[in-house]
Amino acid sequence: MNFSLTDDHRALQQAAADFAYAELQAHAARWDAESHFPIDVIQRAGEAGFLGIYIPEEFGGLGLSRLSASLIFEQLAQGCISTTAYLTIHNMASWMIAQWGEPAVHEAWLPKLIEGRALASYCLTEPGAGSDAANLRTRAVKDGDAYVINGSKMFISGAGATDVLVVMARTGDVDSGAKGISAFLVPADSAGITYGKNEEKMGWKSQPTRLVNFDDVRVPVEHRLGDEGDGFKLAMRGLDGGRVNIASCSLGAAQLALTLSRDYLQTRKQFGHELATFQALQFKLADMATELASARLMVRHAAWRLDQGDPEATAHCAMAKRLATDMGFQVCNEALQLHGGYGYIKEYPLERLVRDTRVHQILEGTNEIMRVIVARRLFAEGMIEAMQA
Amino acid sequence: MKVLVAVKRVIDYNVKIRVKADHSDVDLTNVKMAMNPFCEIAVEEAVRLKEKGVATEVVAVTVGPKAAQEQLRTALALGADRAIHVETDDKVESLAVAKLLKGVVDEEQPGLVILGKQAIDTDNNQTGQMLAALSGMPQGTFASEVKVEGDSLQVTREIDGGLQTVSLSLPAIVTTDLRLNEPRYAKLPDIMKAKKKPLETKTPADYGVDTGSRVTLLKVESPAERKGGIKVGSVDELVDKLKNEAKVL
Repeated sequence: MNFSLTDDHRALQQAAADFAYAELQAHAARWDAESHFPIDVIQRAGEAGFLGIYIPEEFGGLGLSRLSASLIFEQLAQGCISTTAYLTIHNMASWMIAQWGEPAVHEAWLPKLIEGRALASYCLTEPGAGSDAANLRTRAVKDGDAYVINGSKMFISGAGATDVLVVMARTGDVDSGAKGISAFLVPADSAGITYGKNEEKMGWKSQPTRLVNFDDVRVPVEHRLGDEGDGFKLAMRGLDGGRVNIASCSLGAAQLALTLSRDYLQTRKQFGHELATFQALQFKLADMATELASARLMVRHAAWRLDQGDPEATAHCAMAKRLATDMGFQVCNEALQLHGGYGYIKEYPLERLVRDTRVHQILEGTNEIMRVIVARRLFAEGMIEAMQA
Repeated sequence: MKVLVAVKRVIDYNVKIRVKADHSDVDLTNVKMAMNPFCEIAVEEAVRLKEKGVATEVVAVTVGPKAAQEQLRTALALGADRAIHVETDDKVESLAVAKLLKGVVDEEQPGLVILGKQAIDTDNNQTGQMLAALSGMPQGTFASEVKVEGDSLQVTREIDGGLQTVSLSLPAIVTTDLRLNEPRYAKLPDIMKAKKKPLETKTPADYGVDTGSRVTLLKVESPAERKGGIKVGSVDELVDKLKNEAKVL
């Protein structure tokens, strides 16, 4: 077993760190304060290759592994968690279009999505269907060579500022469950789409979050991704990677929190000594580092399982997402505590790290749903035994 | 015109420098390394010359350990066409590097050589000048602007008290100052492409250069920590301290 990163991995990490330094880091606090969605910077991220990271090369992407994507997002998140989190969602939605879109759809959208000339949103959650996503109510009814979509989607990242919506809607009967759902690419400016207000959130302020209403929205049949009835499966396939991506953002946040804490403990003096000399604080820092290291192993391992096409990848991605996003929030919160009053004011980035990482425990499937996914697999024959491999 | 760019692997500028416990040198264990920032500016200038159609080929060269290939790959990702690695684990000093670069210049016959004015590890500010002396080429150091006009090169130099513009005949040597340009960052697709660009490995022996050290490093120490100031109670006390403690009056 070899845990070392390859030269390629390190070069990609460095490139992401350079981009984070040049384009994100200095602006993150202002974007947060002004709720500014930095579309120009996201376009430059596209030019630099960060928008089609794991889209296969034959479709114009970089064809990199999920492990490489994780390394990249971990670095980018150290520049701006919220903007990087949007980049991960764009990567996920664009990958779904590449994976299951018709050639005409590829031609029309993929180059723009990969280069950052068009941005994507992922629309699964509804006002009445969150964790119970398979129970979604948005309908897509076939009418000649088109589908007519009616319903609404809630908490949609980027909505109102993006160009493409990947929408999961029911094509089967009302009670058809997961098997009655299909996925569609819907141009964001289609007639009949209206957007709600930009939700006032605790964190993730550099990206808008809106309700999307569909009122008799017509999309051509060739805009369907995959077969009719496959939509829920595709949505979950997208989310396996999405969970590794969000977990990677939490790793980056925790890494930054740890770095800032180390520097602060070595500078700040109380009772005549640097804080770094107090054992209670040393222990706290040691625990933060230990938890970050364990989560990082888990996330990279899950990404690797996904790259291997491992049948149990879903459970591993869920475990990694649960562990890493809980860890990310806790480590950022501990870092805030170590900074005392300075951690609580906006002149320092700690309170933003706490606010931004909090939602990672909720989205891409709540951490409670992650446990549901894991537990379900644990009762499958031989699964617990197979975890040793 | 072929442009040769020299790059050096150094401690990343973001890293806090630690001295080894025995004071024998700077501690490089587990320290993040990167391309010297002035070398990044040199690569950027060469790539811009190529984009303007002035340069036809950009060749990056480094002298250093195997790991220094990382910095060559970075140069290739930023736009260099090929790279030469003179591999040595010795702690090479400026003169040995200049001699090795002279060997590369003789082989490659570039129209222009661009180097950083200094590397941020030992801040010697010698290699470019030494290479000029060894190769007989004219030099324009501390460049903040470089213009190729036919067979000559206009170099604006940052000197004490202002700017100086010199005209050099080509081939020539330029060393970069901070304000010459703002280097781009490498794009992911270019990093992938850089893997396929040619990278040639040489040894100091290929150029007949002895990389043995001429300087003995006795001791490395961290700079003394700055002490906080004090408040004086009166003008008399201030004058007294200036006279008797600081001894500046």
